[in-house]
Amino acid sequence: MAEQLYWEDVKEDSEVTPLAKVATTQMLVRWAGASGDFNPLHYDSAFAASQGVDRPIVHGALKRQWLVQLMTDWIGDRGTLKHFSCQYRAMDYPRPMKTMAEPEEGETWWCKGRVTRKYIEDDNHYVDCNIWIENGQGEQTTPGKATVILPSRS
Amino acid sequence: MLPDEVKQFIGRGAGVRIFEVEKGAIRRFADAVDDPNPLYRDDEYARNSRYGSIIAPPGFFGWPSRQPRGAPLTAESAADLGTALIEAGYARVLDGGIEYDFISPVRAGDTLAASSVIKNIREREGKTGKMAFLIMETTYTNQNGDVVARARTTTIHR
Repeated sequence: MAEQLYWEDVKEDSEVTPLAKVATTQMLVRWAGASGDFNPLHYDSAFAASQGVDRPIVHGALKRQWLVQLMTDWIGDRGTLKHFSCQYRAMDYPRPMKTMAEPEEGETWWCKGRVTRKYIEDDNHYVDCNIWIENGQGEQTTPGKATVILPSRS
Repeated sequence: MLPDEVKQFIGRGAGVRIFEVEKGAIRRFADAVDDPNPLYRDDEYARNSRYGSIIAPPGFFGWPSRQPRGAPLTAESAADLGTALIEAGYARVLDGGIEYDFISPVRAGDTLAASSVIKNIREREGKTGKMAFLIMETTYTNQNGDVVARARTTTIHR
């Protein structure tokens, strides 16, 4: 794990350490089994077409969990994620697999964030952030917000 | 306008599910996300952390879940709402987003009761026709009676 982040280290408008992710068809299968979301929209092309989506799409909840990891990686073991939200505004499509373990060339998604506010309330040291996922074209498909409590050096 | 057959569900309970949060399920979930955080998988590391034991990533409350003993297989109101939406012409569903309040950590070995309420259903004209936004609020309570998290999910029916 990275070094612990302290509230004093954070400035308003500073960046959350970005996190790269690659969605693959294999990852979607693993996510379905681990999360219990067996909606065929995420693995059955004909069903996806019947739902008005051209091919299987990345689960919104998997993208949500990428953004949770963006925050928990950044705040470290002594930070606490208190509030989190995100909206699934655009579809993302997984990379197909080339081999049993390797995906085809294609998109990499970046989870990113920016500090909007830092403040102290009830002795807790809070930081608010805007967070989002950018697809391979740099478009934000999944915007959101997070509030964390960080340890203080004082 | 949403028909009364749909609107009547606003404010109704949508059932309770029980989640037994297993250590292996936490690990499978973290692996599926490609999140290597040792708090989710390394007993000794977690023991020496401020949590004292393995925790679940925020957003994971266990899988599989089950009905409380004696409860019907599917909560009646949730199933009926699904049918009412389809009959009102909303056959397609997409996940719209989520909002969480994380109140206390979920630990491996916890048993959670997740209780859901249909908070709101509203209609909006979209680019591709009418859409109904369904807001469901779920409260997760652990075996000690502590509320550990609240989630508000939005599903888009069109």
